[in-house]
Amino acid sequence: MLEDRDRIFTNLYGYQPWNLAAARARGDWDNTKDILAKGQDAIIQEIKDSALRGRGGAGFPTGMKWSFMPKESKDGRPSFLVINADESEPGSCKDREIIRHDPHKLIEGALVAGFAMRARAAYIYIRGEYIREAETMFAAVAEAYAAGLIGRNACGSGYDFDVFVHRGAGAYICGEETAMIESLEGKKGQPRLKPPFPAGAGLYGCPTTVNNVESIAVAPTIMRRGAGWFASFGRDNNKGTKLFQISGHVEKPCVVEEAMSIPFRELIEKHCGGIRGGWDNLLAVIPGGSSVPLVPGDQCMDMPMDFDGCKEAGSGLGTAAVIVMDKSTDIVRAISRLSHFYMHESCGQCTPCREGTGWMYRVMERLRSGDADVSEIDLLWDVTKQVEGHTICALGDAAAWPIQGLIRHFRPELERRIAENGAMREAAE
Amino acid sequence: MADRHLAPDTPELRARWGAFAWTAENAAKAREVVARYPEGRQRSAVMPLLDLAQRQVGAETSTQGWLPIPVMEYVAHYLAMPVIRVVEVATFYTMYNLVPVGRFHVQVCGTTPCMLRGSDDIMAACKAKGMKKGHTSADGLWTLTEVECMGNCASAPMVQINDDNYEDLTAADMTRILDDLAAGRQPKTGTQAPGRHTVEPLGGPTSLAAMVDANHDYRGEW
Repeated sequence: MLEDRDRIFTNLYGYQPWNLAAARARGDWDNTKDILAKGQDAIIQEIKDSALRGRGGAGFPTGMKWSFMPKESKDGRPSFLVINADESEPGSCKDREIIRHDPHKLIEGALVAGFAMRARAAYIYIRGEYIREAETMFAAVAEAYAAGLIGRNACGSGYDFDVFVHRGAGAYICGEETAMIESLEGKKGQPRLKPPFPAGAGLYGCPTTVNNVESIAVAPTIMRRGAGWFASFGRDNNKGTKLFQISGHVEKPCVVEEAMSIPFRELIEKHCGGIRGGWDNLLAVIPGGSSVPLVPGDQCMDMPMDFDGCKEAGSGLGTAAVIVMDKSTDIVRAISRLSHFYMHESCGQCTPCREGTGWMYRVMERLRSGDADVSEIDLLWDVTKQVEGHTICALGDAAAWPIQGLIRHFRPELERRIAENGAMREAAE
Repeated sequence: MADRHLAPDTPELRARWGAFAWTAENAAKAREVVARYPEGRQRSAVMPLLDLAQRQVGAETSTQGWLPIPVMEYVAHYLAMPVIRVVEVATFYTMYNLVPVGRFHVQVCGTTPCMLRGSDDIMAACKAKGMKKGHTSADGLWTLTEVECMGNCASAPMVQINDDNYEDLTAADMTRILDDLAAGRQPKTGTQAPGRHTVEPLGGPTSLAAMVDANHDYRGEW
């Protein structure tokens, strides 16, 4: 069990003010100059040693990502850190709590990470719908400037580092790193082909690293408490603490920081008051946000909530956005609604995604009412396989996987609806 | 992609918005926004400036605001970029309203996490007030939209009305909030669940209890 003293986001619920004075009293911005004095390479090594994996969904090792940035600029191009606060994955609602209740952890993290990767400035890209949250972020950045913590000679370190806040305007796809860069440049948020990778040519053609809010915000605490402390939580390859967001049919939905690898059942029992109607009433769980396949209830009880544990269950940890569904759920509608989401959010650039997401949604809606032929289940499976892996970014995959999870685990339910619908039609004739 | 269309470019539209220009206050804000981006990269400011312009239109029309073509042209001119590039951005991002909206833009989240917690009832409560999805009410008070996930999943279902979120809704809460807004009263924002602060488990946090009453510093316990 993770103890309160080992929690990083102590003001997660916003019981206390977010402002600089209160954040300092909680330990933020405490001699940040000393952290920077360790030097760039030492900071990157510490983050590598902590085994922190990116908290935005893909789980790429954060320290390694930072190390891809050039150590010196041979042609005068500056480097940039872009912080991904475009939290839009259905089920995900953790970065919002960091932004509105602990913004100084993020700003301090921006300085530490930006310094380590030798960036000139950080842009925090906040999703447009987080209107009040962005207001807090703007105000917190202004406080940090006024206190000399960022800007010229940040924290008295001799390093100049700017932090800017940029608001999105309602496009899920901008959470994809190259779409985010396009959007920051004032364009439609359509993903770029890779290579070149952002570390070579990203924002304004300059070396850029895009990191999730949580990955950046935990960095100062890791530097203060040491890589060994962070790596003492969770299983190998799945280290650290993590913000879990539990929504849907639990007694008490919440956001909570826990140790990685906590078993699913323990997470729900300890913080969410159990499943609505008891454990026998659990139908299925989407453990990592809408993009990952669902896991049937009887297969997830002991699932360690980490990258490998969810993967072994045929799904993924994603952003640790746990969507719980009890037996009252119309599971076909629940997944079909996600198909609608991807249809709505496809940027339209790649044909398999632009056409495929709409096609998949329309078939899903017919399967929902059973107005389909049994052979269409296989056809739908085939189409998801034709979309998956055939698009520039992962939105196509994200649209395909929930449907594949449904077919894999709930095929009898799809067939039952088709049979029932057919019988009703025959009776009507 | 969202099914969105520009408002027709008519002489009336030109007559109403052709002279659009920043207010003195917004002119200062616009300069501050442009300064966030490197020299020669002022085009990066197009999104915040479209938002600023939409808000100015909103203030002038007592609505959430929208982006008539002449206003987009003004922003394009301000940033010295082709109009079509501005239109591309305005049509791509769903928070830019391309047609006029009502005084209150009621955006009910309908994505799965909210759906599981009863967003159908919230939508029904809006419809019971005479709203219709995708339309503005005849009195100009309401525009109802079903939106995709707003990132409030642990306090679902939720609605965003103009700049504020209302979370943990029941149909009765929704009705009360709409009645308050119609009567010119500002309802409590955030969670509507009695006894809940933000996104802690209802009934009190299962972690960080020391933070409830004091700004606890845990460093002494490290």
